[in-house]
Formats: sequence, C-alpha cells, structure tokens
Amino acid sequence: MTVLVTASTTQPPTLNDAVYSGLQLIENGERIRTCLQCGTCSGICPFGHLMDYPPGKMIAALRAGAFERVVNSDSVWMCVSCYACTQVCPAQIPLTPGLMTRAKEEMLLAGNVPEELQHALQFSQRYGNPLGESPRKRAAWTKGLDPPATILGKAKRPVDVLWFVGDYPSYHPRVQRTARALAKILAILDVDFGILGREEQSDADSQRLAGERGLFEMLAEKNGRAFAKYQFGEIITTDPHAYNALKNEYPALGISYPVRHYTQFLAERIDQLKPHLRREVKARITFHDPCYLGRANGVYDEPRALLEAIPGVTLVEMFHHRQTSLCCGGGGGGMWLDGFQWEKARSRISEWRVQEAIKVNADILAVACPYETPRFEDAVKTAANGAHLVVKDIAELLAESLDIEEE
Amino acid sequence: MNIVVPINFVPDLVEEFSIADSGKDLDREWVSLMLNEFDDHAIEQAILLKERTDAEVTVMAPDVEGVDDALATASARGADRLIKLEDDFEAGASKHALARAYAAAIPALQPDLVLTGVQAHDDLDGTVGPLLAEYLGMPYVGYISGVEIGDGAALVRKEYPGGLIAEMEVMLPAVLGIQAADQPPRYVAFSKIRQAMQSAEITELEAEIPEDAGAAAVVRMYLPETGERAEMIEGDEEEVASRLVELFEQAGIL
Ligand code: SF4
Ligand code: SF4
Repeated sequence: MTVLVTASTTQPPTLNDAVYSGLQLIENGERIRTCLQCGTCSGICPFGHLMDYPPGKMIAALRAGAFERVVNSDSVWMCVSCYACTQVCPAQIPLTPGLMTRAKEEMLLAGNVPEELQHALQFSQRYGNPLGESPRKRAAWTKGLDPPATILGKAKRPVDVLWFVGDYPSYHPRVQRTARALAKILAILDVDFGILGREEQSDADSQRLAGERGLFEMLAEKNGRAFAKYQFGEIITTDPHAYNALKNEYPALGISYPVRHYTQFLAERIDQLKPHLRREVKARITFHDPCYLGRANGVYDEPRALLEAIPGVTLVEMFHHRQTSLCCGGGGGGMWLDGFQWEKARSRISEWRVQEAIKVNADILAVACPYETPRFEDAVKTAANGAHLVVKDIAELLAESLDIEEE
Repeated sequence: MNIVVPINFVPDLVEEFSIADSGKDLDREWVSLMLNEFDDHAIEQAILLKERTDAEVTVMAPDVEGVDDALATASARGADRLIKLEDDFEAGASKHALARAYAAAIPALQPDLVLTGVQAHDDLDGTVGPLLAEYLGMPYVGYISGVEIGDGAALVRKEYPGGLIAEMEVMLPAVLGIQAADQPPRYVAFSKIRQAMQSAEITELEAEIPEDAGAAAVVRMYLPETGERAEMIEGDEEEVASRLVELFEQAGIL
C-alpha cells in the first residue's frame, strides 16, 4: 500500500489536475468547487445546445478527471465569451474569463485551432492587427480629417486624451466611418486628443479570450511601451474590448492608466454636446448592449443617455437588453470563426439579434462596438423582412445630428 | 533519416512596393520580408515525417530580417537543428545564388531528403528546388502534396493541372518541391514560440553568395503601364461602380 502512495505522489500532475487547480487560483476561482450543476449556464448560452461541454458540463468533466475529452472536442470554439453564463451563475463562478478561456488556451496549445482563427492570430502576431493589414497604414483613416488628427509620435507634445482607436476602426472600411465620426465629435467639443498611429497595436483582448494568452501579453507590452513614451491625462477607446483589456487586464502587466469607453467620456460632456445636436434624427432606435461594455463592465446608461440626447429619437428596447443582451457573435474569437460556427449552427447570433430589432419596429439598430456594425449589416442583408433596418454606431448618429455639413 | 529544409523569404505583399533608383530592383528599404508560404508547408511536411518516422529535421535559412523568429517558430514546431547562412542576403539574392549557397552547405548534413517550397512569388530566375537538385546531383520532383517514406525511396503525390494526381516513387536522396503538406501548417501558441526564441540554438554558418551564379540579369523593373485600349476607372466606390454599370450597359451586358 505504501508503495502505491509513494508512486502516485511522484506522478506529474495530469492535464485535468493542472487545469482544475489552476482555475481555482484566479480571482474567485475557488468558487468552481461550489458549482451546483444546475445547468443555468448551459441554458442561457447562445450556442450551449451546440457545445459538447457547455460550462456546467465542463466542470462535471473536470470533477470526473475527464478534461482530455474537452480538448478532443472542438465545440468549445462555439463560445463567444459573452458573459451570459457568468452573469446568471448562482455560484458566481468566473466562467467566461476563467473556465472557458482556459479551455481555449488548452485547445490552442494542443494545436486544435480552426484555420480561420489561426489566420487572425498569425496576422496579429506579424502585423499587430487581426485583419492582416500593413501596420504602416494604421493611421491612413485620418486622411482628410479637418482638423487633422494629432499623431503623438509626430506632435511630440502632451495631450489631454490618448484615443486608442483600435483595429477595426483603423482598418475596416465600414468601421472607419465610426472613427471619422468620433473624430468629428471630439473636435467639436474641443477635446485635445492624440492617437498612436502606427505605434498602436491590437488591444488583443479577443485574442486572449480566444486562448492566445502569450500573444496578448506580447501585444499589450508593445502598447504599454508606446503609452510610456507620451504624456496624456487619460485613455479613451472606440472599442469595448480595448476598454476591457486596458481596464481589467493590462494593470496586471504593469500597464495602468485611467481609461474609459468613448460613450462614458461623451456622456460626461453631454451638456456641452447637446447644444451642438441640432439636426433631428427622426427614428425609432434600439440599442444593442455590447457584451464588453454591458455585462463585463456594467456600462448601460451612458450609451442610452447619448442616444436620448439626439433630437427626434424614440428609444425602444429589444427583448434582450442590458444584463440579458444577446452577443453579436463576434466575441472571444467569434469574429474570426464565422465559417466554423456557421457550419455547426447553420445560423448566426447576429441574425437572431437583427430579428429582435425588427420585432420592435426599430428603424435604426444602434451599436457601440466596432465588431457590430459589419456583423449586423451582414445579418440585415439576409433578413427578408429587414431591408429598412439601418445599423449605426452611436458616434455616427451623434455626428449626423451635429449642426455641421456632412463631409 | 535526415531531412533538410532550406527556406526562403519573400517580400511581404501587404506593404506597397516602390522601385529602387537603379530601376532594376525593388527599393529594399521599404520591403519587409516574410517566410515563403510554400516553405512553411515544406517545414510542416518535414515535421509530419519526423512524427511518423523519427527523422531528424534541419531547417536552414539565409540571414535576413525575421530569420531568428522564423527559425524559433520552426523549432517550436519540432525542428531539431537550425542553421543560419551568413552573408549579405538582405540586399537580395537571385534564386540561382541562393540555390548555390544552399548547395554548398547541404552535403555536410548528409540528407536523405531535401524539402523546399515549390515556388515563391519572387522567383524571377527559376525556382530554388530544381536548381538545388541539379547542383546536388539529386533527382527532383515538384508540385508535391503528400510524402511517405519507404525503403530507400519516397512515395510522393504530385499534382498536375486539371485535377490529375500521380503517385510516384523517388529514389533517395532527393529534392522535393512541396506545394502543400499532408496537413495545413499547425498553429503554434505564441508562448511556445517565445520559449523557443530564448532557448533555440541557431548555428551560424559562413556562406557565400556567388558573384555570377548564372541568373538572368534584370534590365528594367517597372510598374504595369496602362495599355492603349485600357481605361483606368478612378474615383471612390460609388463613382467606380456607376462607371462600370455604364460600360456594361454600353456593351449590352446589362
Ligand atoms: S450556472 Fe454555475 S452553478 Fe449552475 S451549472 Fe453552471 S457553472 Fe454550475
Ligand atoms: S461566455 Fe457566452 S458563449 Fe461562452 S459559454 Fe458562456 S454563455 Fe456560452
């Protein structure tokens, strides 16, 4: 008997043990031991019905020492890191940032990665953005802005606000319109802002949530070095994922600055902004809460306050809103798993969401995350009954209402 | 079983190119180099063979920007030996010169199999594989999308245009031009690449880019010129789209 005990203590820990004990070390991670196996998480998960191991079942597998089976199934790639499960779990287990992300990390280490996701990760590594665009062209979207955008590396002066523009607003032709709109609003408010231009790298939060922790750290460190070169009062972001990373993840890497999403920054200046909002936008608008503004960070009121400040707007809520908002399907790597998820689901979460907007007779689906405009616009294209629905970022709606000529 | 993979770097097409003042080459200052995609497949094929047959894999590369990262990545994927050829490859070397530099270094490794990417987008004077095979006095088969090792021979799948595939037996040692590995190149987590960057041992080998390797000389390099009958449509998406519709209507297509 003693021989047996000695032998077992010298065994290296199994993957299952390493993952299970590792998960208990993160913030509130010990709560994983209190999972009641109620299944609420799996029920609320938008793709739970397509996962071999939705959160509760994954915990059961860990308890049974069967984590290998999780790694051998590719269905964890259906997780869009939307925080819906984390929000409802009665045991308050950090399911999205802990369990699901850890499972993806193991998938990645095992090389079990869908090819389309590989491309986005490799692009991020080589170019600092998941779109595979030239880092030299990161500030190309600012061309023709009046007044011109201040690029910190060139201006060599302190600014009040460092605007972290983000990948999609910098490169994606549709989302560049959001960036230009926000630049216009900041200019009208006389905000002294600067951008990093080609020194800016992907915030890498979605890469982290897709399991690429090492890549996240590398890119965060590069951003951290760029921040350290300049003087500024605070950071604002276009992208809720960047906001989440800078607020909740970068500090652990020693990169710590005051940061806000642009909707928070503008809502604080709403009295200054209102007199400029003179053009009516006569429309029923419904707002889609982005997961990383809403559930992950509790920002619900500011985007709505901005929309209500626009004259002519009637704000209506969809069935899922605020804490219960549906994901657009782009989180946690979902942005780069469209084909993979389509093959498993034969429908897209963005399509379900667009149907909710149509159901409340909205004219405009307002968003506040750069992933969402292209995702929802694509979904509208395939909705037979949705041709009238327009998708716009809050920044674009505000810019439209400004009393200045369209460019 | 010794497998050698001499890899090749090509200008990254994500950046815009300009022509050097000489009018005979790209302006190298603005070129950023990346691993040739087909060589990535050659590395993968070598690692897959290693996993099946216990082969030893050596990856060999010219000393250019990004070479250390590429070699570290190869090591993280499973390559056993990494060799860097030292000379001024940054300035650009013809494929003849590159093949000669490889041919000088490879025999000492006594390879059974040399795997190269079948082509590269900057192959102005031929591809490395056949040139290398000629200099090494080995047989060459290109456009390979599958390799199995037999007794003193390799069984390879060669792709022909029109969806035809041939299975061939090639006596070893041989040079193969890889079009695609049996499986797409695997993803290596960045944490593993980072570890390899710190721990991988890269052997530096003096090499020589031969003065006259026999490559064709570039007389003039220039951007495509607009042909006499061509109309270049300028403007934003809307303008371009309306002009296209107009043209299609004129042509009676719409
Ligand atoms: S909701 Fe929480 S407690 Fe219930 S099964 Fe899921 S993880 Fe366990
Ligand atoms: S984070 Fe969202 S997608 Fe992922 S398991 Fe939880 S509910 Fe499902």
